[in-house]
Amino acid sequence: MLGEILDFSLAAILIWIAWRTVTTPDLFNAVVLFIAFGLLMTLAWVRLHAADIALAETAIGTGLTGALMLDAVAHITGKRGRRRAGRNPS
Amino acid sequence: MHVTVPTGTLGGGRKSGTVMIGGGLIYAMAGVVLFALGFYGFIVHAHLVRRLIAFNIMGSGVFLVLVGLPQRVAGTPPDRVSEALVLTGIVVAVSATAFGLALVRRLYDLTGETRLPNDPRPEP
Amino acid sequence: MSAVYGPIRQIAAALAWILGIGLSAAIVALSRPDFGLAELVEAHLEESGVRHPVTAVLLNYRGYDTLLEIAVLLLAVLGILAFRPPGPASIPDAAPDSSPVLAALSRLIVPLIVLAAGYLLWAGAHRPGGAFQAGAVLAGGGVLLRLTGTIPSFESPNAWLRVSLVVGLGVFLAVAALPLFEGSRLLEYRTAEAAMVILVVESALTVSIAAILATAFIGAAPPRIRCMSPSRPAHSAEGERAGQS
Repeated sequence: MLGEILDFSLAAILIWIAWRTVTTPDLFNAVVLFIAFGLLMTLAWVRLHAADIALAETAIGTGLTGALMLDAVAHITGKRGRRRAGRNPS
Repeated sequence: MHVTVPTGTLGGGRKSGTVMIGGGLIYAMAGVVLFALGFYGFIVHAHLVRRLIAFNIMGSGVFLVLVGLPQRVAGTPPDRVSEALVLTGIVVAVSATAFGLALVRRLYDLTGETRLPNDPRPEP
Repeated sequence: MSAVYGPIRQIAAALAWILGIGLSAAIVALSRPDFGLAELVEAHLEESGVRHPVTAVLLNYRGYDTLLEIAVLLLAVLGILAFRPPGPASIPDAAPDSSPVLAALSRLIVPLIVLAAGYLLWAGAHRPGGAFQAGAVLAGGGVLLRLTGTIPSFESPNAWLRVSLVVGLGVFLAVAALPLFEGSRLLEYRTAEAAMVILVVESALTVSIAAILATAFIGAAPPRIRCMSPSRPAHSAEGERAGQS
């Protein structure tokens, strides 16, 4: 019973975060939401009894992809590691 | 959860259609929704990094379906071959994303744009 | 997002709805899963050389997929290095974060990362773990070291890095091709040695995956010279030579 509640909530949160990632107007927001999405996916893998995938998703899917994307976004927006000017209020 | 389903769905030809829905089905459905969301994001956005993010969301949806579907009926053991395939899939998706990001950076360095040339979508 | 072309947005939304509903209906209409492959995996687990079914599938039953996967990783990092802009060598490296908390934390965390990676590699034989997880954790350590400035940006990978990048694929290919000389087929390990062979391959894969993923992060940015810091002089002579070449 508790397991099903957890599964439903986790699935709902995953879908909601993915929706926000796709529709948010700011690029940096999208990347940060994507990293959070990856962390929640790790929980989903644990619930699916796939511990290997959980470990790999945390390290590769979230950590490395997140780091790569943040690096690319910093390069593209031309503001390495400093404040973002003119950010759209979302 | 005990759920009575019509014969032919999930019961696969059994006389009485009562099966226990496993947790895997919830995640498989979530995976389908994620795939559709990522698909929408991939078409709608012109910015290449956001398309890569949408592509990754589609990939995560597919992985959820791959691992969740064998557990759609309660009591099935987890499918180890699917898990190995998804592990490979995650690594390949990361390498594709890394390469894609390198291409986007190069495109930005050369042209100052982060959208493909001749993209008909208007500037955001 | 608000200025996205109206018709495209509606068409995409309609397509996404159709896709989602169609796939959900297909999933619900599936019949009861059967247990075929799981029984096969369990039945041959003792001969495969490891005790964890996922590792057995990855490195024994479907070793060919893993071989191609490491090849794909290597190709991706070669592509990333190839697309690297030459970069004016006079751009200094971003100043490493001077926060003492980050420096102290990284000094604590990186040895733990190495330990965790070693454990994951060894544990892959009988618990969840294995080469990919260990390699990814090590790569995370590499990224952390890069961010704190301990690992400098490189002009082109040096010999050690090049060897680490290819050792995984090389060892795996050698191990895969060895049975060919004895008359068996590709990747047919001898049952008595399967455990040792898988351990050797996993170790090589860990080193390679860590090097590849860390290089994918470090090598994406253009090369920069080391920032001037009180303890280390900037390598400006190297930078000038690189700028002229």
